[in-house]
Amino acid sequence: MELLIDGIKKAFDMILSGDREVFAITWLTLKVCLISILISTLIGLPLGILLGLTRFKGRRILLLFINIGMGLPPVVAGLWITMLLWRSGPLGDLTLLYSPTAIVMAQILVSLPIVTSLTCTAFQQISEKMLLQIKALGATRMQTLIILIKQLKIAILAAIMAGFGRVIAEVGAAMMVGGNILGDTRILTTTIVMEVSKGNFDIALALSFILLSVALLITAALTFLQQRKRIS
Amino acid sequence: MNPLVELNNITYKAQNKTILDIPEFQICAGEFLGIMGPNGAGKSTLLKVLAFLENQSSGAILYRGEVIPKGNVPLELRRKFSIALQQSLLLDGTVFHNIAIGLTLRKMPKTVIKEKVAHWLELFGISHLAKKNALYLSGGEAQRVNLARAMIIEPEILFLDEPFSALDFPTKIKLMEDFKGIIETARTTAVFVSHDLMEINYLTNRLAIIVNGEVKQSGPTPRVLEHPNSSTASFLNEWKKFYPLAR
Repeated sequence: MELLIDGIKKAFDMILSGDREVFAITWLTLKVCLISILISTLIGLPLGILLGLTRFKGRRILLLFINIGMGLPPVVAGLWITMLLWRSGPLGDLTLLYSPTAIVMAQILVSLPIVTSLTCTAFQQISEKMLLQIKALGATRMQTLIILIKQLKIAILAAIMAGFGRVIAEVGAAMMVGGNILGDTRILTTTIVMEVSKGNFDIALALSFILLSVALLITAALTFLQQRKRIS
Repeated sequence: MNPLVELNNITYKAQNKTILDIPEFQICAGEFLGIMGPNGAGKSTLLKVLAFLENQSSGAILYRGEVIPKGNVPLELRRKFSIALQQSLLLDGTVFHNIAIGLTLRKMPKTVIKEKVAHWLELFGISHLAKKNALYLSGGEAQRVNLARAMIIEPEILFLDEPFSALDFPTKIKLMEDFKGIIETARTTAVFVSHDLMEINYLTNRLAIIVNGEVKQSGPTPRVLEHPNSSTASFLNEWKKFYPLAR
């Protein structure tokens, strides 16, 4: 209990004293997580809609891989990205390993299947009759899509929140591809692991509260968007 | 009377099975056409083909004498028709938003939309529901919204696929009475699919009986009901046991 109180006190100290290192780490965490989830949404939403609304050859296989991807262990994702970005790897010339970009890539790999699969599930539940009714109202394809996205706003935002939950909590892949370099690739989760290994439990706890606050703020904003203007 | 929509040698096949086989069929302006038949006869498929919502397997569909290319129905033509299905299939939003949707999709000015929605809300007796979420309505209220949504675009042809069948009897009677008055005042051409003789008898002035994907008999509703032919007699006589034919 004492440790918990110390952790909370330490967290307040760090924030109120304007600890530049903590701010830099928190800012980088926020930046890589938001960029990752934005890219995952930009790819996963159209892909999920395509998989949910259309039928084509190979769709089930693709869906199977995406669903398997939802359970992809972050260390495996990290290993793949490392091999891809390694000096002798296919993208080695880009020298992206141990950079925030590498962390973003690993986080996309773990969150994209979640956003895609949950979006697909939501769109798959749209009945043929509903699609027929929207078409009969005189909607173009684009208008149909807009209506469906508005109708499925709750499910789509839930998919984005689930994806965000995965990236904000991610540590294994970020450690592997980012290297936890101070001032460059150190994010909150990797710092917590490092502080625990050093025995600095109060700092680790303080950072965990900051991480939780960040996650809470983003999730609260998404929840607000999801739940607003529901008329009874 | 010039036909609005004509079918010429239409077939519709699904999974190698012929669902529709209709050599000739017409919808004429101003009529309230009923399509009746047993379950699985192809009534709803015929409705979708007539409304250009499904592509025929073979044959031609003409609109005002012009052949409409299969699979390439102009949006402007599709927007001349509207449809109300058995399930109201309303969107998550207010009743106002639901009724306005057809006009919104046609990019009508907001002031016009407001005016028209208020008019149709009043005609269907649901002005008090305008701000309510459409997903929380009773079956009868939802079907009124569904019909108002279909009527507001002032369609050239209104297609109705058993819109009253899921309602309880008193709700059905009241809605059918109101709807008949509204559609007669608006002089809308309507095609009404039903398997209920009472609904057909009350609303329609021409009737086509479809059995196994083929139109077995068509003509003025009272004549078809009173003088069924050898192909439709068994189906119609079953119904006549339960409903008197007085209009």
